[in-house]
Amino acid sequence: MKKLISAVFATALALGAAQADAKDWKKVRIGVEGAYPPFSSVTADGKLVGFDIDIANALCEQMKVECQLVTQDWDGIIPALLARKYDAIIASMSITEERKKKVDFTNKYYQTPAKFVRKKGSGIEITKEGLKGKTVGVQRATIHDNFVTEVYGDEVEVKRYGSQDEAYLDMGAGRVDLLLADSVALDDGFLKTDSGKDFEFVGPDFTDPQYFGQGAGIAIRKGEDELQQMLNAAIDAIRANGVYKSIQDKYFNFNVYGS
Amino acid sequence: MDFTPIFENYQLYLEGFWTTAKLVSWALAIGFVMSVPLAIMRTSKNPLINGPVWAFTYFFRGTPLLVQMFLMYYGLGQQQFMIELSQTYEFLQDAYWYALAAFTLNTAAYTTEIIRGAIEGTPYGEVEAARACGMSRSLTYRRVILPSAFRRALPAYSNEVIFMLHGSAIASVITIVDLLGAARIVASRYYNPFEAFIAVGFFYFCITFALIGGFKWLENRWFAHLRPREQTATKRVRQPA
Repeated sequence: MKKLISAVFATALALGAAQADAKDWKKVRIGVEGAYPPFSSVTADGKLVGFDIDIANALCEQMKVECQLVTQDWDGIIPALLARKYDAIIASMSITEERKKKVDFTNKYYQTPAKFVRKKGSGIEITKEGLKGKTVGVQRATIHDNFVTEVYGDEVEVKRYGSQDEAYLDMGAGRVDLLLADSVALDDGFLKTDSGKDFEFVGPDFTDPQYFGQGAGIAIRKGEDELQQMLNAAIDAIRANGVYKSIQDKYFNFNVYGS
Repeated sequence: MDFTPIFENYQLYLEGFWTTAKLVSWALAIGFVMSVPLAIMRTSKNPLINGPVWAFTYFFRGTPLLVQMFLMYYGLGQQQFMIELSQTYEFLQDAYWYALAAFTLNTAAYTTEIIRGAIEGTPYGEVEAARACGMSRSLTYRRVILPSAFRRALPAYSNEVIFMLHGSAIASVITIVDLLGAARIVASRYYNPFEAFIAVGFFYFCITFALIGGFKWLENRWFAHLRPREQTATKRVRQPA
């Protein structure tokens, strides 16, 4: 048994090493989520749209490389990067210390605060007292999951969903009392939609860098310094030449980059 | 390979194990109780009795368990009357019951067909003998048909139990923290899917083998009369699992 296991690992390692040859980045595969409106979603006819998608395409155009977008469920998005299913993640991923242990990040490409959502008239307050016995829906493996588990874990029951869309469904069905997520995603993805009309924001903007990191960046495998520099330069370039602003204005009426 | 997060979070896995164990045992218990009368109805020649049960098993065996669970949890849960109902009865907000309902109906459908097959395989001589002794229909079922049908159904049913255990892993998709749900939390918190899922696979493996051992023991007892005589007399050496 032991021999078999080590044989399997040896093969896996050998396969990994074979693909690790140096690249000159003619083509970059980018992992996206596709279930996180307005940043990333799939239209009825199967096309990827959203802020993340437009940014990804703009960056590729800037870097003069061919881009291939790969959709991947959120909770496997870092493992799939490490498994070389793609080379970069542009999926509103916050830059946190935890994640930096596994991957490298570029500079941020936007930063928005996190917020709670409650049902109108429920009167739930965001204090340790007010949250006692409540159920909070979050997306699994997000900064919001970590934050609510660590800070309010003793007071609330945390329900973890594979995608933000599933959390919206259960909020609409009254199975969770509160949602915690990115404020922009909540606003455009839920509150402004038909199913979100009975719900509202409550509580402060959460930005504590200990939990919420330094904004959303592009994740790449450790040691891909060349790609990191290319992406950083491209972010600066589209910020400078107005492409970033035109994409931002397409989705939001405020400065999404943060200060 | 670093398994320390698994050991540090053993409690999460333990809770997950209990959830899985409860979910699967209740689903199997209720499903089994449902399936016996359904199987008897299914053997009926009257299409009004046989038909509905046929439709039931046809649907639940013809669609994936995951789809059935989604239909219950997300499909039913979006209906206005269910939203209102779950405001009154708070337990309806809990994903556990939806998974239990889906699992129960699914295993009931499969078990019904397993038992039906076993009932129809009853040697007709046994039934005739019972009739000749003057047993009524229900007495014949109780004393002759069902005991021998259960014996014949046991190997197939033990498979169904193991499928149910493995199928129950999908409960983690609708927010239930079962064994796999615990592994997914660990995997997502420490970014170590390999270790987390190897560990959980090992746990499922252990449960499966405990179940197989249990059914082996039961088969040994129930089929004692079918074994050659000398093997019954001397203590039989257990085959390794």
